[in-house]
Amino acid sequence: MDRYTEQRLFGLLARASAALILAVLVMVVGVTLWRGGRVFITDPAVMVTAPGSRYMLDGGGGFLHAVLGSIFIVVPATVVASILAISTAIFLQSDYSSERTSDVINMFLNVLWGTPPIVYGVFVLTIIIAAGAQTSLIFGTVAIAIFQYPIMTRYADEALRAAPDTVKEASYGLGATRFETARITVRAALPGVIAGIIMGFARGIGDAATVLFTAGRSTQMPGGPFDPATTLPILIFEQAASFNAEVRSHAYAASFVLIVAVLALVLASKLLAGRFARFAPGGRHS
Amino acid sequence: MNDDIALRTDDLEVTYTGNREVTALDGVSTEFAENKLTAIIGPSGCGKSTMLKALNRLHEIQPNAEITGEVYLGDEGIYDTDDPLPEIRRRVGYVPQTPTALPLSIYNNVAYGAKLHGDYSSDELDDLVESYLRKVNLWDEVKDRLDDPGAELSTGQIQRLCLARSLAVEPEVLLCDEVTSALDPISAEQVEETLEDLKEEYTIIMVTHSMDQAKRLADDVIFLYLGELVEANDTRSFFEDPQHERTQEFVKGHTAIDYDDEPDEENVTDEQPVATR
Ligand SMILES: Nc1ncnc2c1ncn2[C@@H]1O[C@H](COP(=O)(O)OP(=O)(O)O)[C@@H](O)[C@H]1O
Ligand SMILES: [Mg+2]
Repeated sequence: MDRYTEQRLFGLLARASAALILAVLVMVVGVTLWRGGRVFITDPAVMVTAPGSRYMLDGGGGFLHAVLGSIFIVVPATVVASILAISTAIFLQSDYSSERTSDVINMFLNVLWGTPPIVYGVFVLTIIIAAGAQTSLIFGTVAIAIFQYPIMTRYADEALRAAPDTVKEASYGLGATRFETARITVRAALPGVIAGIIMGFARGIGDAATVLFTAGRSTQMPGGPFDPATTLPILIFEQAASFNAEVRSHAYAASFVLIVAVLALVLASKLLAGRFARFAPGGRHS
Repeated sequence: MNDDIALRTDDLEVTYTGNREVTALDGVSTEFAENKLTAIIGPSGCGKSTMLKALNRLHEIQPNAEITGEVYLGDEGIYDTDDPLPEIRRRVGYVPQTPTALPLSIYNNVAYGAKLHGDYSSDELDDLVESYLRKVNLWDEVKDRLDDPGAELSTGQIQRLCLARSLAVEPEVLLCDEVTSALDPISAEQVEETLEDLKEEYTIIMVTHSMDQAKRLADDVIFLYLGELVEANDTRSFFEDPQHERTQEFVKGHTAIDYDDEPDEENVTDEQPVATR
């Protein structure tokens, strides 16, 4: 094969794979938006109505319980996980750790990242059983936070490492302490740190396995942190398996909520990151 | 040199440990006169930046740097001291080689260090920011956009912003590491003019590998070669009557554009002002 045929062939392959992936994505998002959007338009109340007592059987009421469950489980988890993740990432920088230490910790984080979420679910379940507690919202939060933590930490660590050393040097040179310098370095790395937080949030809000054993598959409104609760992904699974056609159609509505939430998050992170990128060293040039 | 001495080094030695151990500074003892501009010159890699950082303990952020010897700021040692490290670095300011704005607004770039070290009312801070921006001849260019990101300024402006930022913590000595090497010729000239103004009031120690710049700006010159101090003298004597053979070669290599004279290859390329971007 001559060089030019080779080049043409590869160009074709590259375009074809991009087109394939794009088509699949458009279909997934399209179908969800279309079928979910239809429910949303005809019966928008399902999202803000509490489920009836036999919701899974007759579709009476709506699925507000899962929307709230998702919010109350994932938002606090994200807050806790981001604080832990940013602190860890700061600790991994050369100001605090030797290269060896940070290598070892990073290896653990990679393992954690690769661990299937169901394992976290089972782990937290063990704690629940040992403590003689019941599945509840708060344990869902714990499990999701554990799941998000390595993702966010790796992002934050990469972002801090990529921040120019000169920022650190300038800050120390002005007589800043190690902590003050860490703070300004985080600011310099903010676009990447935020990307990690949003990524963790999106993964957390979409995960079912962690929540399954920890918060449960409740079909009632959660009353407090120690009540059983559920999240949208679990709800979708239950809805889609229902015998009732109306409940099955609600699965699309719930998916619609999830996809819109994730899209909104991605957009928000783009906007936020763009705002902070202006401030990052070399900002507008990069 | 019979001026007052602002800073003095005593047998300063810096070694970078690691796979390949490098003694970047090999027992340097010298003095820096108060309210003068001293240039440290020498070819790349001979320990100029290391020397500068050792003067305010900035090399300590490199995990693999080891140091012996002492630096005296006035009469006090900066290594053997009870003062907290940030206070020492406040008193000996440092402007890095690469113009770097902190990820803050122009205003807060100048106010950053000052806010760390003192309590200022917002009026006082306004005054402080204005006066230091004026001092580096930047005020007129940025007074209408103080809330814009510092990073959106031009490289030359950022370098003057860095100077203002360092001055705002009221250091006694200012260290400048090749502050014009990343700049285009016009910005470099503006920074030089600023340094020219500043040296009336401050003790400035400036690393440069441009002979011409040292001649234009410096009162005294220190010549480092492979981590050793070869010669230190006032600028005039240094260039017109170099004592050491190595200095003579170095000075010649830079002044005469006479390539038959076998100039040190590295130095000739270093001499060209490099315009970036
Ligand atoms: N962090 C470091 N680790 C190991 N070696 C270093 C480090 N920083 C500088 N060096 C070495 O020390 C020597 C002096 O470097 P430097 O002070 O930066 O020289 P200059 O500023 O004169 O170009 C060089 O050989 C350089 O490779
Ligand atoms: Mg250097």
